Amino acid sequence: MLKRAFKTWFLWELLIGLSVTGRYFFKKKITVEYPEEKTPLSPRFRGLHALRRYESGEERCIACKLCEVVCPALAITIESEERDDGSRRTTRYDIDFSKCIYCGFCQEACPVDAIVETHEFEYATETRAELYYDKDMLLAVGDRYEKQIAANIAADARYS
Amino acid sequence: MSGLDMAIQGGIWALEILAIAVPIALSVAYITYCERRVIGFMQARKGCNRVGPAGLLQPLADGLKLVLKETIIPAQANKMLFIAAPLLSLMPALVAFAVVPFGETSLFGLWETPHVMAIANLNVGLLYVMAIASLSVYGVLMAGWASNSKYPIMGSIRSTCQMISYEIAMGFGLVTVMMLAGSLNLTDIVHAQAGGILHWYMIPLFPMLLVFFISGCAETGRTPFDLTETEELVAGYYTEYSGMWFATFSLAEYGAMILISLMTSILFLGGWYAPIPALDFIPGTIWLLGKSAFLIFVFIWFRATFPRYRYDQMMRLGWKIFLPWTFGWIFVIGMFIYTPGLDSIIDFWLAWR
Repeated sequence: MLKRAFKTWFLWELLIGLSVTGRYFFKKKITVEYPEEKTPLSPRFRGLHALRRYESGEERCIACKLCEVVCPALAITIESEERDDGSRRTTRYDIDFSKCIYCGFCQEACPVDAIVETHEFEYATETRAELYYDKDMLLAVGDRYEKQIAANIAADARYS
Repeated sequence: MSGLDMAIQGGIWALEILAIAVPIALSVAYITYCERRVIGFMQARKGCNRVGPAGLLQPLADGLKLVLKETIIPAQANKMLFIAAPLLSLMPALVAFAVVPFGETSLFGLWETPHVMAIANLNVGLLYVMAIASLSVYGVLMAGWASNSKYPIMGSIRSTCQMISYEIAMGFGLVTVMMLAGSLNLTDIVHAQAGGILHWYMIPLFPMLLVFFISGCAETGRTPFDLTETEELVAGYYTEYSGMWFATFSLAEYGAMILISLMTSILFLGGWYAPIPALDFIPGTIWLLGKSAFLIFVFIWFRATFPRYRYDQMMRLGWKIFLPWTFGWIFVIGMFIYTPGLDSIIDFWLAWR
C-alpha cells in the first residue's frame, strides 16, 4: 500500500519509461541507409527472373513449359518450335513482371535449372510495358548475373 | 523627449525585438530537427541525416516546402477569422518573450552595474507572462470555429478545455514562487535564487516544478497531452490548415515550448546562475540557455516515451491532482513562512525577509 503510494506520487513508472528511452538514446542504431548500405540476402531470395545458359553458350531451356503450367499468376508465356538441329527450343519466352508474384514455383519446376530468380530487385520502371520481359531480356539478365546465380544454387544445393 | 530621441529609442527597441525574435524562429526550426533526431535515436533509428551534413539543412528544406505549399481556405470558412487564428496564436507566444530576462551583462566592464538583458524589465513580469499565455486560447478557439468543420471544432473545444484547466494549476503553482521571492519581477526572482544549486527554488518547490513543467506540456499541447490533435480527431483544431498558416501554428507551439522551458529555468532552476558559484565565470546567458535546452530535450524525451492521455484522464490530472497539490503546497509554504520555529528553515530561500 505504502509502496504503491510512493510509486504513484514519485512518478516511478514514468521514470522507468524515461530510463528505457534514455538508454536507447545511446544504443547502436540499426538503421540501414539503403542506397549506400544493403541488408544481406538469402541464397533463396526471389527477385528478378533470369534464363541461364550452359557454359558452351547454349541456352538451357528445353521448352517443356512446366513453368508456364505451374505459374499461378499466368505471367509466363512460351511458344516453341523445333530448331534446325532437331532440338526443341523456345521461340518466345515472356514473363510479365506486373503479374508475377515471385513465388519461385517456376524455378522449382524447371528440370534443367534454366529459369531462376536472382538477387536483383532494383528494376522499377515508369511504365507497365517496361515490366514485360521477353526472352532476350531474360537471357541478358542471366548473362549479367550468372556468377551470382551459380553461387546461390551451389549454396542451396545441400538443402534441395 | 525630442523626436530624434524617440526615433533612436524606437530603433533600439526594434533591434532588441529582432535580437530575440530571429533566434527564436531559428531555434524553432532547429528544435524540429532536434526532435526528429532525438526521437529517432530513442527508437534505435538515425533520424533525418540526408539533407546537408548530418541533415542540418533539413529544417530549411521543410520550411521551403511549407512556404511553397498551396494555402487552402475552405469555401465555407470564415476567411477573416481563419487567417486571424494562426496569427493570434503565434502572437502571444512571441510577445511573452518581451519580459524574459536572458541574463545579466556589464558588457565587459563597460557599465558599472550589470544590466538585465530583457526587452522590458517589467515589475509584473510573471503576471504578464501568464496573461499573455492565456491569450493563445483565442487562436485555438478561433481556428476551430472559423474552419466551419466538425473535427476542428471538437479539437478546439478539447484544446481550450485543456489549456484553461492547466493554466489554473500553473498559475497557482507560481504563487508559491511569488511567496518565496516576494516579487513578480522575473529578474528579482532569479536574483533571489543566487548562490548555488541549494538556493534554487526547485529544492523547496520540487512538486511545483513538476506541476509547472507538466502543465507546460499540456499548455503547449505536446505529448502526453496531445490528445487534442490526435489521429482520432484527424488533426485537432488545425485540420483545415495548410502551407504557411499551418506552419504558423507549429511555430506558435514550438515558441510556447521554448517559453515554458525558459520560464521553468528562470523560476525553478536558478535562471542564469551556475549550480556552483565557482562556475559563475561562464556567462549567465549560456547557463540559462543550457538549462532551457535541457528542458526542451526533456519535452522531446517525453514525446518519445509516453503514450497520450485519454480526455478524462487529462481532466482528472489537471483538476484532481495538480490543483490540490498546488493549493496544498501554497498552504505548506505559507505555514513554513509564518510559523515561528519553522521559518528558520524556509528563511534560507526567502529573499524578502
